[in-house]
Amino acid sequence: MRKIDNDHAAPITSGAASSGASATHTDSSTQRMENALIDIRAVSHTFQTDSGPLQVLDKLDLSIAEGQFTAVVGPSGCGKSTLTRLVAGLLKPDSGEVWLHGELVKGPRASVGMAFQNPVLLEWRSILRNVMLPLEIVPERVPAAEHEERARSLLSLVGLEGFEDKKPSELSGGMRQRASLCRALIHKPDVIILDEPFGALDAFTREDLWQTMHALRATEPFTALLITHDLRESVFLADEVVVLSDRPARAQYTLSVPTSSHERTLDDLYTTEAVEMLAILRQQIQLAQGRTPASHS
Amino acid sequence: MIMRKVLVPIFAIVVFLVFWELLVWVNQWPNYKMASPSDLWPAYVKYDTLFFTYGWQTLWRTVAGLLLAVVLGTALGVLMGVSRTARDALYPLLVGFNAIPKATVVPIMALMFVGQHDLNTILLAFMISFFPIAVSVSIGLSTLEPEYRDILRALGASKLMIFRKIALPKTLPEFFGALKVSVTLAFIGTNLVEIIEPHGRGLGHLFDSAKISSDYPLMFAVLIVLALMGILLYYVVVALERIFAGWAERGAD
Ligand SMILES: Nc1ncnc2c1ncn2[C@@H]1O[C@H](COP(=O)(O)OP(=O)(O)OP(=O)(O)O)[C@@H](O)[C@H]1O
Ligand SMILES: [Mg+2]
Repeated sequence: MRKIDNDHAAPITSGAASSGASATHTDSSTQRMENALIDIRAVSHTFQTDSGPLQVLDKLDLSIAEGQFTAVVGPSGCGKSTLTRLVAGLLKPDSGEVWLHGELVKGPRASVGMAFQNPVLLEWRSILRNVMLPLEIVPERVPAAEHEERARSLLSLVGLEGFEDKKPSELSGGMRQRASLCRALIHKPDVIILDEPFGALDAFTREDLWQTMHALRATEPFTALLITHDLRESVFLADEVVVLSDRPARAQYTLSVPTSSHERTLDDLYTTEAVEMLAILRQQIQLAQGRTPASHS
Repeated sequence: MIMRKVLVPIFAIVVFLVFWELLVWVNQWPNYKMASPSDLWPAYVKYDTLFFTYGWQTLWRTVAGLLLAVVLGTALGVLMGVSRTARDALYPLLVGFNAIPKATVVPIMALMFVGQHDLNTILLAFMISFFPIAVSVSIGLSTLEPEYRDILRALGASKLMIFRKIALPKTLPEFFGALKVSVTLAFIGTNLVEIIEPHGRGLGHLFDSAKISSDYPLMFAVLIVLALMGILLYYVVVALERIFAGWAERGAD
């Protein structure tokens, strides 16, 4: 499983790095093709803005196997959120294809759950009714009798037992984000798409939520696409970290995070392996930003 | 709690009346300059039936105009909130229309709908009061953060569903804020017609006849009744707001 390519860890010029990285990527994507739940094939997208066309994604390839947790990191504004909207079917790519569960994505579909940096809870609804909102759109995904029970059990799983009848304004930012995660999972989506869900939280709350994510994943296995700015978060949560290049974004580098035999704890972020992975990712980000990485041994 | 909500405002009103009475008494103002609260009561007793019939006419026509403003103002607001083209097209028109002094519209309407006094009055109350509603609904809808829409749209929810479940309830606080302004405006509209083009109806007419017969206490008595009806309608809106948009109240105290 572990696959840190030392060629990429070594300080290299950005030109060599991008060709090397894409080579790695090509062979890994062909081998992952058959069991991919999400398969993004050569997707390009350009926005028409007031100041002319803005190409955001450039022939981006990415696949995520069923049950896999993939984190995507990349320079600010490179097109990460655009990528999530394409996968969710909220946006159509100019060219290329997004496949989900062996079907071409042509529009939104009920098998996706989303959470954003802003928890976007409806203030006029209780936490419980907020979590149950997706079931009002796609009730058939969960047996009717279990709707409320499922919402309550998800809430207790993330530590919100006793807050079911509170309004969002009565909760802290971290608690609202927990509720938003429950809402993303309530309808048993095949894929959850998380766009920097922990980005606005303080460091301690964020680390708490990382643990919550692990707990959720242990009881409710799901496939996840997580966008993040936090490299430690990506290594802590994901099975695979994809570094995107600067706009227009392509998959520049893929790092596999070894599955650990025990439940991950924060201490795992300070092992030699983890420190090494973080160093590689940091280098890749610097390359993506067009800066020569600081030398590192 | 009850102390706060009921006794404090009543106390403030009493203080205000006493101050008013004293001000008139100290300055020895004659009735034609400023009537005092003690002059009002005889006016109410003398014209009690007139106050009831005219008061009712003013009230129902104001409410009818207001309802029209709610329906059409909301419809316009939704249109402008949902469609950018509609917003670009309608905004300048609405702003221009709103800028026209409504007193100038009264004679025009009197000519357009000769003799249809109720309709004239209701239409003017509507015209003067729909603008805040239309603007606030359109702003409420058009400033909805895209993520709110996306959580439902990602599940394949229809536009109507998103509107019903998210956009509409989220706009309610703005709507009620505007409605509070519109209530006062609608009263201005009704009375404008009743005073400028008296048809022998409404408190505006009572005011006008009081003016003609130089009955100054009666004029002030009319103003006070108008104020009371304004307060009444305002609190009706507040009560509706509590029921339908109570969630938007930040836990004060
Ligand atoms: N609907 C749109 N119309 C025009 N331009 C857009 C639109 N959405 C995004 N963009 C532009 O596309 C680029 C990529 O946006 P995107 O939100 O995908 O970036 P991001 O990687 O998520 O950034 P961040 O890290 O800041 O969240 C940005 O320059 C943005 O301004
Ligand atoms: Mg983003």
